[in-house]
Amino acid sequence: MADKDGCVMLKPDRDVGIVGYGAYVPRYRLPATEPDRIWMGGRGGAPIKEKSVPGPDEDVVTMSVEAARNALDRAGGIDPTLIRAVWVGSESHPYAVKPTSTIVAESIGATPHTQAADWEFACKAGTEALQAAIGFVGSGMAQYAMVVGMDTAQARPGDALEYTAGAGGAAYLVGPAAEALAVFEGSFSYVTDTPDFWRRAHQHYPSHGGRFTGEPAYFRHSLGAARGLMDALGAQPGDYAYAVFHQPNVKFPRKAAKQLGFKADQIRVGLLADEIGNTYAGSSLIGLSAVLDVAALGDRVLLVSYGSGAGSDAFSLRVTEAILSRQRLAPMTQDYIARCTEIDYGMYVRFVGKLTL
Amino acid sequence: MRDVAIIGAGQVKIDEHWDVSLRHLAFKAVKAALADAGVAQVDALYVGNMLSGELAGQEHLGALVADFAGLRGIEALKVEAACGSGAAALRVGYVAVAGGLADIVVVVGVEKMTDMLGGDTTAALALAADGEYETSQGLSFVSVNALLMRRYMYEYNCTHQDFAPFAVNAHRNAVNNPYAMFRFPVTADRFVDAKMICDPINLLDSSPICDGAAAVVLAPAEMARSLNAAPVRIAASAIGTDALAIHDRRDPLVLDGGVISTRRAYEQAGVGPGDIDLFELHDAFSIMAALSLEAAGFAEKGQGVRLALDGEIGIDGKIPVATMGGLKGRGHPVGATGIYQIVEVVQQLRGLAGENQVKNARLGMAQNIGGSGATVVTHILERVE
Repeated sequence: MADKDGCVMLKPDRDVGIVGYGAYVPRYRLPATEPDRIWMGGRGGAPIKEKSVPGPDEDVVTMSVEAARNALDRAGGIDPTLIRAVWVGSESHPYAVKPTSTIVAESIGATPHTQAADWEFACKAGTEALQAAIGFVGSGMAQYAMVVGMDTAQARPGDALEYTAGAGGAAYLVGPAAEALAVFEGSFSYVTDTPDFWRRAHQHYPSHGGRFTGEPAYFRHSLGAARGLMDALGAQPGDYAYAVFHQPNVKFPRKAAKQLGFKADQIRVGLLADEIGNTYAGSSLIGLSAVLDVAALGDRVLLVSYGSGAGSDAFSLRVTEAILSRQRLAPMTQDYIARCTEIDYGMYVRFVGKLTL
Repeated sequence: MRDVAIIGAGQVKIDEHWDVSLRHLAFKAVKAALADAGVAQVDALYVGNMLSGELAGQEHLGALVADFAGLRGIEALKVEAACGSGAAALRVGYVAVAGGLADIVVVVGVEKMTDMLGGDTTAALALAADGEYETSQGLSFVSVNALLMRRYMYEYNCTHQDFAPFAVNAHRNAVNNPYAMFRFPVTADRFVDAKMICDPINLLDSSPICDGAAAVVLAPAEMARSLNAAPVRIAASAIGTDALAIHDRRDPLVLDGGVISTRRAYEQAGVGPGDIDLFELHDAFSIMAALSLEAAGFAEKGQGVRLALDGEIGIDGKIPVATMGGLKGRGHPVGATGIYQIVEVVQQLRGLAGENQVKNARLGMAQNIGGSGATVVTHILERVE
């Protein structure tokens, strides 16, 4: 199955799927009216309702452990020592040097005979790791691989990103198709050197190219990956029960979905940005977990990530009969979203360490 | 001195050309102009550009564009006069042909502004102001114009809303220009409510940061007829200058550079403001449109805004301005703007301006301003019967 340029869709020799999955969202929420109140005098408007904020004792390590444990809970009691890779994608790893993934691997009992590494590709670090896990398991080198996309996203005070830069993500245990609650039909990527958003070493906050982050960045890559995959599969938007896109806000994924021919009700379940903001490397993956929470046998799901710099990974999944017995084995994504405490800008400044004494 | 004619004109749609490089933009305009002129070889190429060094990391545009356009070996150089670079390059091309030093000359204005972040572009544009006395005091180019607009409103007792007709007219005309950036109309209400940039200048007072290129081909008038069926004569070409810093001006609300430049142009063409059928003025900010109308003799001092309020700047008005959208609606890729203005006047004089055609247009004037008025380049073009 090759597209018109001869590029082959990514699909391993051995069918693999998602054996377990789990979400995590911190409790705190910053309404978008708060940065607007502080920086724009309340006249700037709000791109989303509110974003999730990590508590003072939370970071990508603790949040990844929560999500990975939820994923293990949904895997129906597999032996964690059979997990041969723990890969965490994030752009807010607590350490510049020292892996997040070793701490997560230790916490879920996957050590010592496992691969462990941190992945970085802006907001698609998690799906990049997911593709690697599909190859790792699909080749037979591993029985299981744990993939996490998780972020506590940074934003410069007063920047447009501060309204949406949220915290959260999801973990996926990839394993043989026979044990899976959803099977990967294939994946496809679209990657170029497009500098729309970046953070250099030793900088606290990212820089971005304003409106350049839209058309030539998010849309070109998201649509390119999605179209490439659907062409290779011979799939149409109408074949999918759900579609999930990277969601830096609510406008971009809605527009991308519309341009591809998806209807609003196909993306509604997986579009969480209005309630939790943009969780960066966790964004599309937690959208998928919200979908899997309600999906039924035979549903097809399209997942399209986007990472600045820039690239998109598209995945096509088919849900199996195992889904019904697994959904209730761990907290639902919407349970985390409903568990919320709103804070004001002052508390937000304290929680995320923007005020240094 | 020989009479000079424009025998070809070409332009690229003004946009955020994130996927097209500076040299490609210039090449596209040159190619279109040469095709329009029906010539393949030229004697010289002059490039009007302000900020390639700052924003594209590239100077030395003359040889670069000549080579990329397949014209390796010809005389080529870049001309810089801030936002007036495009028309200044035309002036150099005009001098070469009029003086008999070259026969066929192509002049291209090109600017690529959207590859940098907004703050970098704003800092680069401020290079047009006086570095030691204005920019070093924290003035940006917008704030220099805001000072002028504030003073104008104070001296002549007018309101910000009084400037609305400039933006409304420009956007209305841009709708019908396929090469324009903003092909949508705006209302006076929307003008008043637009986002503030630098009080009193708001978003709809301001021309956009954008990318573009436009080119014209020049030839001696006696050769023009044999080369092209619809040449346009350059009846006047003039540059006037003034102090860069507004505090050094005789009167900040009089563009002396514009007064000098238009006077020279009128004298060369043997005409006066009453003979001009359309005026492509430099509406980088709406205050510049008002000051230009006054400096060029279309309105008394302090009456430029009144002329617009009276509806005299529309296509059917006393003096149509920004007939294809102007800097506000068509766009203002700074060093390219002067050539876009010339291309549009050529369209009007050839009767090819479509919905925006000024009836019986015979004489069109284009005025390109560098900085807040320190360089003013005026060209008067005449339809060849």
